[in-house]
Amino acid sequence: MDAFLATPIGVLALTVAQAMALLVPLLIGVAYLTWAERKVLAAMQMRKGPNVVGPFGMLQPFADAIKMLMKETIIPSGASRVLFIMAPMITFMLAMLAWAVIPVNDGWAIADINVGILYLFAISSLGVYGIIIAGWASNSKYAFLGALRSAAQMVSYEVSMGFVIVTVLLCVGSLNLSEIVRAQENLWFIVPLFPMFVIMFISALAETNRAPFDLPEGESELVAGFFVEYSSMSFALFFLGEYANMILMSALITILFLGGWYGPFGLLPALGPLWFVLKICFCLFVFVWVRATFPRYRYDQLMRLGWKVFLPFSLVWLVITAAALKIFGWLPGGV
Amino acid sequence: MIAAIAFYLFAAVLIASAVMVVTSRNPVHSVLFLILAFFNAAALFLLAGAEFLAMILVIVYVGAVAVLFLFVVMMLDVDFSAIREGFQRYAPIGGAIGLVLFAELIFVFGSWSFASDAAGLRLNPMEPGADNTREIGRILYTDYVWLFQLSGLILLVAMIGAIVLTLRNKPVAKRQDIGRQVSRMGSVNLRQVRSGAGLAELGIERPPVEAPPEPKRVEHHGGGHH
Repeated sequence: MDAFLATPIGVLALTVAQAMALLVPLLIGVAYLTWAERKVLAAMQMRKGPNVVGPFGMLQPFADAIKMLMKETIIPSGASRVLFIMAPMITFMLAMLAWAVIPVNDGWAIADINVGILYLFAISSLGVYGIIIAGWASNSKYAFLGALRSAAQMVSYEVSMGFVIVTVLLCVGSLNLSEIVRAQENLWFIVPLFPMFVIMFISALAETNRAPFDLPEGESELVAGFFVEYSSMSFALFFLGEYANMILMSALITILFLGGWYGPFGLLPALGPLWFVLKICFCLFVFVWVRATFPRYRYDQLMRLGWKVFLPFSLVWLVITAAALKIFGWLPGGV
Repeated sequence: MIAAIAFYLFAAVLIASAVMVVTSRNPVHSVLFLILAFFNAAALFLLAGAEFLAMILVIVYVGAVAVLFLFVVMMLDVDFSAIREGFQRYAPIGGAIGLVLFAELIFVFGSWSFASDAAGLRLNPMEPGADNTREIGRILYTDYVWLFQLSGLILLVAMIGAIVLTLRNKPVAKRQDIGRQVSRMGSVNLRQVRSGAGLAELGIERPPVEAPPEPKRVEHHGGGHH
């Protein structure tokens, strides 16, 4: 067995098996996230939510998926065909691709690379392409406006997210995601860096185009934003990509601030992956909670918040963190 | 072996997409091919073991610069058939210039002599065992920190220049002052209301309309407000 795993084919088979072991639960998670969102929203609005298909409506996601698959794929006559079909694929692929570096437990990452956090940041900054290509290729003004909004929004909030990440990196001294989690063994970064956690969370909302920053799809003025023209499976890919991105952002927040696979107060270290999943679920619950609570932002308010509030604040907090680390001699690596 | 195959694959896609940037009819397709070219360049960096540069290339160029590029190209209404009109006429001259440059490149490369122990004399030899992210950081922020700051300053000047060029402070423009909005009192009051009770029953009525007292703050702002 070990001899087989050492051959190139063995390495390939092992990698594929690892990817499957990560992606299959992830996709099931995405399916049940749509269900959980509807259930939580319903509970918050004193409704029942999906409750017909299966017990507690648990089979609803699969019913939805089958319905999507049965529909006809419609390509608008003025659309740029190749790009139109490529856009949802890009969105979905990027949402899956980023998971390659996420450490679920100590040493449980498909690729434990040195620049893991940069890889994640790079992949999440590419997410805008799926949207902007979709908007342009649809040849529809609503889709195009949605895509433009989305592009501006995602580029804006990435800046403050970058500063948040840099602040965490200052406290860790490594770009490796596993190292970032290990640095939080005794103290999760949410405690000393709480303001940055808040900024990170709100930026994550904006980055995934979730309420109250769901301007790109603003149904009241743009019908459905960048995916108006999409139907059937291509629509489903956008939908799945959005939810997979939500889970990814929650995983990123968990790694950066909530101590990854460590239990609270060093509790039950054997249950690493379970803690990781529980923390992701908590973040996702807050995502849905925010959606049920806040009205949508106006576009200029969104831009103001990103550039005039978050950017200066995170910059100042970065400088304060750096100064504190230097003055008290807490810099990692003893510089 | 696999590394060589990967190199030739990425290099071929890079060159092909670079050609497509120049030749594709649609400007948006050009930008998308440019992005593909960036991507393959990042992959080549990865193969060369420069993972930090690869990631930065993707984050900065693909994730930010090219997005704005795409943004602008999509918004512009450029009639590219008009630009291409003179293509037949200028093609020979352009081709000749390209050929001359290519020949010069070959001459330079042919007459270049490599010193036998040049590798040992490199400016900043890497410490064994250190990864290149750490090494770039060490060199950039230790030996070249002033140049780094200077380049930052130049970018700042460019940014200020762009803002000065585009900012038009129209006196009639209405702006929202969130601080004033939040801190205003009196015009809207929040009150806890018993569920199911009418406004009249609770004695809550809209405040009588009266001429609002002129706020003194307005004087600080000059004549800009309406």
